[in-house]
Formats: sequence, structure tokens, C-alpha cells
Amino acid sequence: MKKSGAEILIECLKKEGVKHIFGYPGGVVLNIFDVLYDEKDLELILTRHEQGAIHAADGYARASGKVGVAIVTSGPGATNTVTGIATASMDSIPLVVFSGQVPTMLIGNDAFQEADIVGITRPCTKHNFLVKDVKDLAQTVREAFHIAATGRPGPVLIDLPKDVTAGSADFIWPEEVKIRSYNPTYHGNKFMINQAAQMIAHAKKPVIMAGGGVILSGASKELKELAELAKIPVTMTLMGLGGFPGANKLSMGMLGMHGTYYANTAVQNSDLLIGIGVRFDDRVTGKTDSFAPLAKIIQVDIDPTSIRKNVRVDLPVVGDVKNVLRDLIKVLKESKEQWGAIRSSWLKQIDKWKEERPLTYRAEKNIIEPEFVVEKIYEVTKGDAIICTEVGQNQMWAAQFYKYDQPRKFISSGGLGTMGYGFPAAIGAQFACPDKVVIDIAGDGSIQMNIQELATAVINKLPVKVAILNNGYLGMVRQWQELFFKERYAHTHLETGNPDFVKVAEAYGAVGLRATKPEEVVPVIKEALKVKNRPVFMDFVVDWKAKVFPMVPAGAAIDQMIFNEEKPEKKLKAVK
Amino acid sequence: MRHTISVLVENKFGVLSRISGLFSGRGYNIESLSVGETIDPAVSVMTIVTTGEDKVIEQITKQLNKLIDVIKVVDFMEIDHVEREMVLIKVSPRKEDRIELLRVAEIFRGRIVDSGLTTFTVEITGEEKKIEAFIELVKPFGIKEFVRTGKVAIAREGVKKAK
Ligand SMILES: Cc1ncc(C[n+]2csc(CCOP(=O)(O)OP(=O)(O)O)c2C)c(N)n1
Ligand SMILES: [Mg+2]
Repeated sequence: MKKSGAEILIECLKKEGVKHIFGYPGGVVLNIFDVLYDEKDLELILTRHEQGAIHAADGYARASGKVGVAIVTSGPGATNTVTGIATASMDSIPLVVFSGQVPTMLIGNDAFQEADIVGITRPCTKHNFLVKDVKDLAQTVREAFHIAATGRPGPVLIDLPKDVTAGSADFIWPEEVKIRSYNPTYHGNKFMINQAAQMIAHAKKPVIMAGGGVILSGASKELKELAELAKIPVTMTLMGLGGFPGANKLSMGMLGMHGTYYANTAVQNSDLLIGIGVRFDDRVTGKTDSFAPLAKIIQVDIDPTSIRKNVRVDLPVVGDVKNVLRDLIKVLKESKEQWGAIRSSWLKQIDKWKEERPLTYRAEKNIIEPEFVVEKIYEVTKGDAIICTEVGQNQMWAAQFYKYDQPRKFISSGGLGTMGYGFPAAIGAQFACPDKVVIDIAGDGSIQMNIQELATAVINKLPVKVAILNNGYLGMVRQWQELFFKERYAHTHLETGNPDFVKVAEAYGAVGLRATKPEEVVPVIKEALKVKNRPVFMDFVVDWKAKVFPMVPAGAAIDQMIFNEEKPEKKLKAVK
Repeated sequence: MRHTISVLVENKFGVLSRISGLFSGRGYNIESLSVGETIDPAVSVMTIVTTGEDKVIEQITKQLNKLIDVIKVVDFMEIDHVEREMVLIKVSPRKEDRIELLRVAEIFRGRIVDSGLTTFTVEITGEEKKIEAFIELVKPFGIKEFVRTGKVAIAREGVKKAK
């Protein structure tokens, strides 16, 4: 039986197990929206901006581990997705984005609302397609989902000319996908893995550096087993947070530009650094020439281009992190090493570093410190919330002062650093996990970049919480200006232009709460958590002078840290 | 170092711009690039001449391999191979130099493929060195125009296969 292109598309999505699509309509996707209108098994969530739709699909994917899906119209609809696609691409998030396109006959004619979105997104997708014939549609969708979700995941875009979705064909679902030019390596080379096991046994001061790859491959159980078996301390990149339990005594928290003193110091003193699902981003390595100068480096990654791109690597293992770790654990279990005895002095040394300089923050009497807010959110939610972040100081404090015990609990734009990501991502995460508490830790600048999504959250009765650390500044930029530009705060002051966030929330039909004194912080959080059917904005008016520490100045080695020497009154105990 | 890399690709819409976009987006050099169909019309082969340190070349080959439409990448640096390039050169010699030009072309096994009242068009095929030498020799005669195909390369039989 013949079906229309739009019907075929929806059938394909159902076959792929899609339940939620985030989207925004327009002329050339009307056929698709019309079919969705009657659809019971598939819900289209109308966002208020296409960027919101992509970030929501992305948050959905990060929270659930499934492929996120979005549909937008041609031209401006498609170009509005670019930031979101690039965000997903940098963090290897599986998405399939459908963009409408002008009819095939008109492509290239500068038709109304035509944009070469396949050309525009080529460098920021894992792959993209233009479907020219409705007969190719099902095959293309199948391939797109396969490419998005396998190997190193990433966003895939499918451009759908109007005549393709309006046309008709037999619906044939390809049960199998085989792409001869696409064959990721899933299993690590045995020789390399044996080699790695020997290096681990010989190392006196090993450190594991875990990244987003651990979460993407679902390998946190294996990582924990490896670390605990061979008694190796673990530090995580921003993308790796939750990949290893933050409250485990082997955890050293995050490393890098705003990493902990003990994580950075341990890496610099290590004799073996085991990078697992990391790409050694410059925010992590600082000056690459002086990164981990004493260490041999093992790198495990599914993407060969990640290996040796930024730092020297002594032993590369290409493969899926989960498989490689399993094989490695098997080899290590056969060895008769007395791990506890070999490692005791190294672990003691790390405990000493933890004691020497734990994470600290200023403690003013009558002013709310932003770190205090994050700390309290951690305490009140007992570490069980899904935390999304915006970008800036808010993001770093959310990374430092909340401990993530499980993967997919920390959702943040790492590679691209996209302000405006967190709130729509939180909406997506809430759709994926309706029973979880989802909180976006936001800045007053970032939240205004996708604030229109309040409408999406209200209309869908989502209890998403937004904790605005309202410092009246583009705080992270202000911090650099204070430290490196003689306190010349060029165009970073927001306070006078900021709206009343409580009223904004209320105007949309959401709940708005505010705290201006430290003692109001916990009551506001508790109040927000009681709201079950509406989003809540919590406006925390915080100390505008607070800065993120420790900090490695750009271009320095990661053990050349600046600390919070102003008033380090409140010390946080690191886990030992 | 200069490398000749051959890339077997699916002959699909936009594949050339995926490859050239990779080079421009990541700041790699392309000295020359030639594209043509293989015996299988669904597959094309691109021959790219590029320069870079070993680390860069390693990234180039890996990044090429990562593209979904790329089937196979061969760096000829590691392989015994034959390389050729063709040039068409339009020369406008003075009347008294015409015979001399024809003689030079003959030494290089060039063929005259067109001639006008005042010009000859010479076709030369060969390795880079030969072509460069020919161009140098012909320069004094007065080159009006010339085009090069860019290099193509193929592995010699009976030697170590590509990975
Ligand atoms: C879309 C985008 N534009 C600009 C930047 C550069 N940038 C990084 S952090 C930052 C300030 C963010 O301010 P705010 O959201 O208030 O967070 P704070 O640092 O104050 O916590 C800016 C402008 C960015 N990361 N993303
Ligand atoms: Mg701010």
C-alpha cells in the first residue's frame, strides 16, 4: 500500500522507538505536522524557538541515552538549529534533526525560505542527508538513526524537500542497516589491552581521567570496578561528571581550568595517566607541553581522531570504552598484584593534597554566595536531581559543588559552551525522566537566551526548576576582566537591564521565588521542590564579586592555579 | 613532508565538499586534488596532494576515514607507487623559435594537440619532476596559458598492500 512521504517518515520514527519529538512548524513541513496531529504514539512538543527544540532534544538524549529528535521548517527554521546542532556535535550527542526544504525543483533558485542547510551543517553534524526521492526516505531515516547512535555518537540532519514528504511510495522498512564505508571499531586490540594492564601494574602513581565517552558508552559500572580493583584515583572532565561517583573516596572531582587542586596536582605528578573517553580538550590540559610531564599516557577512545590529536599518547586503544574496560578488568583480575599495598602511599599523598586545599568559597555574612546555593541544592535534593547548567560561573560552580553519583545526572554544554542551553535541555530531560527532579543551574545572562521556553514548560505542566545565580553580570567574563583586564568591566554589566525574574515567571504562568539573604536559600529550594505541575524560577540574588576558583590562567600548566585567597572562610571537606 | 593520499569515496551528492570542507575547516593544505569515477560508477577516487608534519598527516588520514562517505584512505608515502600528472601548455613562440620548441616537446615526449597561427598547445604527461623541468624549459618561449590536472597515483603490483 502506498503511503505519503510524511506518513512514511512517522512510521519510521515509530519503528525507531521515538516517543517525543521537539519541533516548530512552517510552510514546507505542514504535511508532516498534519500527520502528527492525529498520531497517538508520538508526541510533538512545540517549543517557542527552534534553538529550544534542538537543545530540548539534546537534553532528552543526554538524560535518557536515546536518540533525540527534532523537526523544523526550512530557511530560518533550519538556520535557527545550527547552534544546537553544533552543541550536540561537540559533545557527541545522538540527535536526528529533520529540516523541511523547498521542493526539489526549486532548490538552488533562492526560493522563499530556502537555505542550504546541508551545506551549512556539514561541518557540525556527524553526517547529513538531502532526500531527493520519497523512495529513499525510509532507508535514509534508518541510516541516520544508526549513524547518530553508534560509534562516536553525534547529530545527523535530514533535509526533506516538500515534494518528498508530499509524494508517495510503498513503505518498506529496511530491517538491517549496513553502510560499507562506516565500520566503527568496538573492541580494543588484545595486545594493547595486555600492554595497558602491565603499565597499570608497574605504575606507582596512576590516575584515571574519565570523560564523556564513559557516559556515552554506558561504562560507569566498569569504570568503578576498574578503579576499585586496581586502586586508581579518578578525576573527571566536565563531560565525565557522574561517570564515576563524585562521593567515592577515589574521586578527585573535576580537573582542568577550574579543576580541584588535588586532581590537577595528582595529574601533574602521576607516572601513568589513563584517559578514558576523553579528547584532552585545552580547557583540561592547559599548556599541553607541560601537561602530565612525568606520565606515560594511555588513551582509550572509540574515535581514532581523538587519539594523539592534542597530547602525546604512549599507548592508544581504539574501541568502545565499555568493551575495552571489561577486557582490561579481566586481564587485571588474573594478575596477583597486591593493589592495596602498591598504591597505599600514592593514595595517602592524594588524601594529603585533599586536606591541604579543599574547594573553598568566600563567606560573607549577609550576602548569598553562589556556591552556597549549589551546595544547598545538593543537600536538599540529596544528590538525586538531574542538574542542567547554563554556561559561565554557574556552570563551573554546578560542576564543583554538586556531587554526581550517577551518569546522566549532569547535563551541560561542554565543548561549545552554549549559553541558553540549560533551560531547554532541562525541559527535554524532564520529558525523558518525568519522575525526576530536574534543575537548571543558570546565570542571569544565559537564562535570557532561551527564556521563551517558559511557555513550553508551562503548557506541558513540567516541574522544571531554574536556579538563577543572579549576580547581575556576565560573571565569568567579568571574572576575567577583574583578573586580567584591570577591572574594566566592558559590556558585562547586566543588572540594570535585567527583568524581574519572579514577574517574568509569573507572566508565563510559572512560579517565581526569590532569595536575597542566606537564610532564605533553603526555604526557597524546598518551596520550589513542592511545586509538581509548573516550572519554577528561583531568583537567587548572589554576591556579584564571587569568582570561580581554583583557576588556571589560559596558557599555563594546570598546576599553576590561582586560589581564593580573599576570605577562604568556608572550607568544604573533600571526600577521603 | 609532502604526501599523496588517495581517497575512495561513495559517489554521493556533496561528497567533494565534505572532503574539501574538512581540509579548509581544519586548516590543512591541499596542493592538488583530482577526482574521477572508478570502474564502479558508485565509487569515485580522489587523489589529494598535501603537506604537513607527520602528526598532521596522521590526523588528515584519520579525519578522512571518519567521514561517513569515505570507503578507504591510502597514503602513498608508505607504498611503492606510480604517479602521473598531465599538463596542457599553450605557448606562443616567436617565429624563429617554433622549430626549437617542437624539438623540446619531442624530447619530453610531449604531443602537440592544437596549433593556431601563433600558438602551439603541448600535452605533457609524467611525474612531477619531468613536468616542472619542461615548464622551466618552455618559459623563455612565452607561455600564454597552462592547466594541470593534479596528480593521480596508483600502487605498483606485487608490493606491500595498503592497510
Ligand atoms: C552563546 C554564547 N555567547 C557568549 C558566550 C561567552 N560567555 C561565556 S560565559 C559568559 C557569561 C555568562 O553570564 P551568566 O549567564 O550571567 O553566567 P555567570 O557567569 O554570571 O554565572 C559569556 C558571555 C557563550 N559562552 N555563549
Ligand atoms: Mg551572571
